[in-house]
Amino acid sequence: MTITDGDYSETRRLILKCSAAVALVGLGNIPFSLLPAFAAANDKYPEDAFKQKSDAEAIKVLYGKTAEPSDKVKLDAPEIAENGSVVPISVSSSLGDVTSISILVSENPNALAASYKIPAGTVPSVANRLKMAKTTNVIAIVEAGGKLYSTTKEVKVTVGGCGG
Amino acid sequence: MASTIRVRATSSGETTEVQALIQHPMDSGFVRDPKGEPIPPHFIQQLTFEYDGKNVFVADWGPAVSKDPYVKFSFKGGKKGDDLKISWVDNKGASDATTAKIQ
Repeated sequence: MTITDGDYSETRRLILKCSAAVALVGLGNIPFSLLPAFAAANDKYPEDAFKQKSDAEAIKVLYGKTAEPSDKVKLDAPEIAENGSVVPISVSSSLGDVTSISILVSENPNALAASYKIPAGTVPSVANRLKMAKTTNVIAIVEAGGKLYSTTKEVKVTVGGCGG
Repeated sequence: MASTIRVRATSSGETTEVQALIQHPMDSGFVRDPKGEPIPPHFIQQLTFEYDGKNVFVADWGPAVSKDPYVKFSFKGGKKGDDLKISWVDNKGASDATTAKIQ
């Protein structure tokens, strides 16, 4: 998003509240580049993937490959979420040898929301609650046998929950 | 201090179903307080469940996970009365851990 500095009305600020652009043009904010370096203790935490803005980039950084759509990835999400700050999402798969499940929210400032490691013996099914800034595609990624499979579903959000 | 983690782990014989609810603000960094000051990001990055010396589930979270996060999963095995260890660490380096008995 390219926005030049100028007069921002209060409304405009609100509209852009969810957007990192606000911080980047520096409306008296702390620039996001000053985000503290995340805990180094978790060397396995995929920090770079969580920083990517788009879903495609996040998948690429997280897995280094692309996903193919599959009906063996089941994504349960509400069609309409009245409150975007708490949207129940669950993902399961009938695929064998699942090693991880990730959930991305395309229209969020950073697409990757959660990534779960599924060790052998753990059932490839997870339920959680996510925030959504606005109406968006939700992408479930299942890594099975070294390949990526995905299912996408749109969730209509009536009240955005970019911060919640 | 009371633990921030509430866990229910229930064995059905073959699998153990785990539900966890954690108290955490999960601030995304995109929200302002009533004075208009941005609230800095503060969220859990990693949540780990350990059974019998092995990780059975690891969650890597970004700030898009809802406040007071909830997660549910199941794993094969797990005996009634056995311990399940749960721990989390957030982006500020804070952490908490607890042990739950499988029911």
